[in-house]
Amino acid sequence: MTAALRGIYTIWYREALRLRRDRLRLVGHMLSPLLFLLVFGVGLGRTMGGMAPGLDFMQFLFPGIVGMTVLMTAFMSGVSVVWEREMGFLKEVLVAPIPRASLVLGKTLGGGTVAVVQGIVVLLLAPLVGISLSPVLLLKLLPLLLLEALALGGLGVLLASRMYSMEGFQMLMGVLVMPMVFLSGVFFPVRDLPVWLGVVVHINPVTYGVDAIRQVMLGEAAPRLLLFGQPVSVAQDILAVTVFGAIIVALAIWSFSHQG
Amino acid sequence: MPAIVEVEHLTRRFGDLTAVDDIGFEVAQGEVFGFLGPNGAGKSTTINILCTLLRPTAGRAVVCGLDVAHNQNQVRQCIGLVFQDPSLDERMSAWENLEFHGLVYGVPRRERRQRLDEMLHMVGLWERRHGLVKHFSGGMRRRLEIARGLVHRPRILFLDEPTLGLDPQTRAHIWEHLHGLRREQGVTLFFTTHYMDEAEHADRIGIIDRGRLVALDTPEALKQALGGDILILKTADNAAAATEIDQRFGLPVTRDGDSLSLEVTNGSEFIPTLSRALETPIHSITLRRPTLDDVFLRLTGRELRDEEATGMETMRAWARARMRKAGR
Repeated sequence: MTAALRGIYTIWYREALRLRRDRLRLVGHMLSPLLFLLVFGVGLGRTMGGMAPGLDFMQFLFPGIVGMTVLMTAFMSGVSVVWEREMGFLKEVLVAPIPRASLVLGKTLGGGTVAVVQGIVVLLLAPLVGISLSPVLLLKLLPLLLLEALALGGLGVLLASRMYSMEGFQMLMGVLVMPMVFLSGVFFPVRDLPVWLGVVVHINPVTYGVDAIRQVMLGEAAPRLLLFGQPVSVAQDILAVTVFGAIIVALAIWSFSHQG
Repeated sequence: MPAIVEVEHLTRRFGDLTAVDDIGFEVAQGEVFGFLGPNGAGKSTTINILCTLLRPTAGRAVVCGLDVAHNQNQVRQCIGLVFQDPSLDERMSAWENLEFHGLVYGVPRRERRQRLDEMLHMVGLWERRHGLVKHFSGGMRRRLEIARGLVHRPRILFLDEPTLGLDPQTRAHIWEHLHGLRREQGVTLFFTTHYMDEAEHADRIGIIDRGRLVALDTPEALKQALGGDILILKTADNAAAATEIDQRFGLPVTRDGDSLSLEVTNGSEFIPTLSRALETPIHSITLRRPTLDDVFLRLTGRELRDEEATGMETMRAWARARMRKAGR
């Protein structure tokens, strides 16, 4: 195995090990999506009524919540590099005979793995809102979840590459992650929005990630995302997230390789 | 013995600040080399250059026969590191921390198991191998870091202040381990320290002050170079006594609090001569062999443990903090 692959594997392995270590965390992190689902789904659902024929608000919301869970988990995993820097452990990785790119890719993949597992745990709630979960659907969803997780995990790593304390973390959640979630169509259909809001939503890469999950999960019933008046296909969604993720990961590698 | 570290005209600047200023020395394979200096003298900067964490501004450093500026990964494979600050993953067990290290450094599976066994026994943490590091004491963590630094069989182990902040008993314990290590594994040790008694563990010592190498020799030779014994005098009038000694014997006297100290070649014979000659009443004379503290004081004008920093040193400390902050 080359040093680069060895590095990626080891760093991924550590994340996987930690996931296995606190499996309880998976259950714990299921609570907040569940809360979102109940509060918004039940609370708003009554005034929102049906979203489309055969689709109530809870069902509309569910794929969004899955996407949100995956992206938040992935982002947190990526940003945990800051914590590793504070603890001192990052030094052990930075002086190892492996390229810096291994750190970024290993961390992104590790965070991606954790996020996908977390996403699956939340997916298990599907029957609760009346969405049937077939093995085929699950197989289709997994790569989508992984793609979204890698992009957002990469974003976490990128920001962590220049962050030296956890203090900036809350701020980051506030000014970046929460807006990305709220302005992505997780909670409302992206249609007939005021121009400024529409623009923001359409630049937001999370919008496309959520749209892909929703289309795959709900099929024909899903309200379509429009870009320049044209409905966006799942393939186009995937392309958007992939391009975003690739740029982010490349930037993260560059950032880590050019420190001092 | 071939040299494992060769340093020639090494210089490192941070902006206007010259942290390491044209130093040169060699460390032989299997040697225990102590690198001493006051805070901010350039110790950590030098170690960081040798460990490929910092590039030299000028000059050359060769470790394991490889130029550190051009063969980063090969040098890293050949060296082990114990940092000044903690660097373990607290949420992993002792075993997992070592396993991670072995994996990253590409130690093959079978050898890794065996090596981990061996290292954990050596530092006396075998019984606690499955314990999470967050439950470990400072001394246990340090021992684990030393074990970790050796998992990939480095030829040289760099230890930056390996016993900083540990109690004397733990420090002694760690040095026991380090000596055992040199004996059994033949690994070269390159360490920095603040503690003079620890410097005595070294075969040879390099002293760095304000970025320059001011001494390089065995602890014994350095002490002998001071010129024999040290007499400490308490008198009724220190100023008068100092003048008298200067006039009669032409010996330089250092004032040290409420006492005077002077260096003489043969202390025990000089005491009667001195007490007869001085007119100022003497309260006491103490004779002692010079210590590395004396060597250090003479060479740098400061106590090794002197924490008081001048403006320049504050800047150096700041540069170091910035370096550390960069995660390196």
